[in-house]
Amino acid sequence: MQELVNRAKELLADGTVVRVLGWKAGDLPYNPEPAYFTSAEELDNFVYNGFCGANLSKYMIEASKLEGKTMVCLKPCDTYSFNQLIKEHRVDRDKAYIVGVGCKGKLNVDKLKEMGIKGIQSISGAEMSDACDTLTIQTLYGEKTCAYADAMLERCHVCKGKEHMIYDEIIGESKDTKDAERFAEVEKIEAMSPEEKFAFFQKELSKCIRCNACRNVCPACSCRKCVFDSTKFDTAQKANVDSFEEKMFHIIRAFHVAGRCTDCGECSRVCPQGIPLHLFNRKFIKDINEFYGEFQAGADSEARGPLTNFTFEDCEPSIVTERR
Amino acid sequence: MSIEKEFRPKIVAFCCNWCSYAGADLAGSSRLAYPADVKIIRVPCSCRVNPMFILRAFQKGADGVIMCGCHPGDCHYSTGNYYARRRMTLLFSMLDYIGVENGRTRVEWVSAAEGVKFSTTMNEFVEKIHSLGENVRLEDLRCKN
Repeated sequence: MQELVNRAKELLADGTVVRVLGWKAGDLPYNPEPAYFTSAEELDNFVYNGFCGANLSKYMIEASKLEGKTMVCLKPCDTYSFNQLIKEHRVDRDKAYIVGVGCKGKLNVDKLKEMGIKGIQSISGAEMSDACDTLTIQTLYGEKTCAYADAMLERCHVCKGKEHMIYDEIIGESKDTKDAERFAEVEKIEAMSPEEKFAFFQKELSKCIRCNACRNVCPACSCRKCVFDSTKFDTAQKANVDSFEEKMFHIIRAFHVAGRCTDCGECSRVCPQGIPLHLFNRKFIKDINEFYGEFQAGADSEARGPLTNFTFEDCEPSIVTERR
Repeated sequence: MSIEKEFRPKIVAFCCNWCSYAGADLAGSSRLAYPADVKIIRVPCSCRVNPMFILRAFQKGADGVIMCGCHPGDCHYSTGNYYARRRMTLLFSMLDYIGVENGRTRVEWVSAAEGVKFSTTMNEFVEKIHSLGENVRLEDLRCKN
């Protein structure tokens, strides 16, 4: 991390960039938050550890409108989102100095809480320089330890790889964290009967409080005007909500990002209700791969997205019924 | 006291102006019968059908939604139905994924000369919806009378 701070100070000092976009410590040991830094003194609050899960590429939409260059720290999976935003002309590549930061998997504090680890005072073993094998947690009830991988976010278990797709320089080492099949969960649901599927999604989606966090954090949801903000649609009425509303919201939101979603997993990370929202996006990705050939959004900044493209030989919609 | 009513499905058919709507017209002028449960909404092109329209129809009480357009290759706007085909494939797959019976949605390509196809398709589809019964998985209670 010190290497990152030193480099940021250098870039600020020589005028390459006028601000740094990274993370600063939050009020708790496990909630660092995205932050801008404009001076060497401010950079003393800079942190980068296992809890820095936030994808900073979306912040570059606003930063692209500012005067001067911004140094932005992007993890390997964030660079896919950045590429996708370049493709959609939402960010200015010339306004960004991309420092690809290493990633050894990002942590989810809820996993620790599920293990019964409460009253967390400090956590060590999650720094970039650490091996990231075990976490040592100081709690009100004494010291606890747990395996790093057990506390990782779901998305890190199905990591797309630790290679940065776009960068100006890379700082820090990465460690492979993939230990699960990306579409395993989706396949499990596909194998259910319609009744079971419906019951599963009804159970998950009924938790939704329509806070719009998934939309607001999503790098693909970058429209200036969003359909869900329109009062003409019955999707903005939290007071008299019906179960239809959540289904409508999540299907349409997933559809709007289909073919553009890089599967960064931010939606599931920020959901305050713990809804596995990635299951929707990943279903579209799986279908696109099956029907129209393998496609990874954000792998480059030029290729046409699958929904803005077609071939004469595309399968008919009846394939949905036939393949069952 | 309620009276037991016979189930009359509500079916929404999105028909493109250039082929399927004319096909429906031909079915009518050829006196080919199709059930009155089918309510046709004319759209400029099958590509105009936003996935939101389909969900919206279900929300407002439709039991089945069918989209008809020109045959691939015959689109009045050259390529509209190719895009629509991809969109609907993905949407239907998603509806199937969340547990909506996949017989409730259908895409059929009907040209202006295929009055017979229009009539048989609609008859088949209405029968299918009859067998599936009322749509309860995508209904919005706020829209019920």
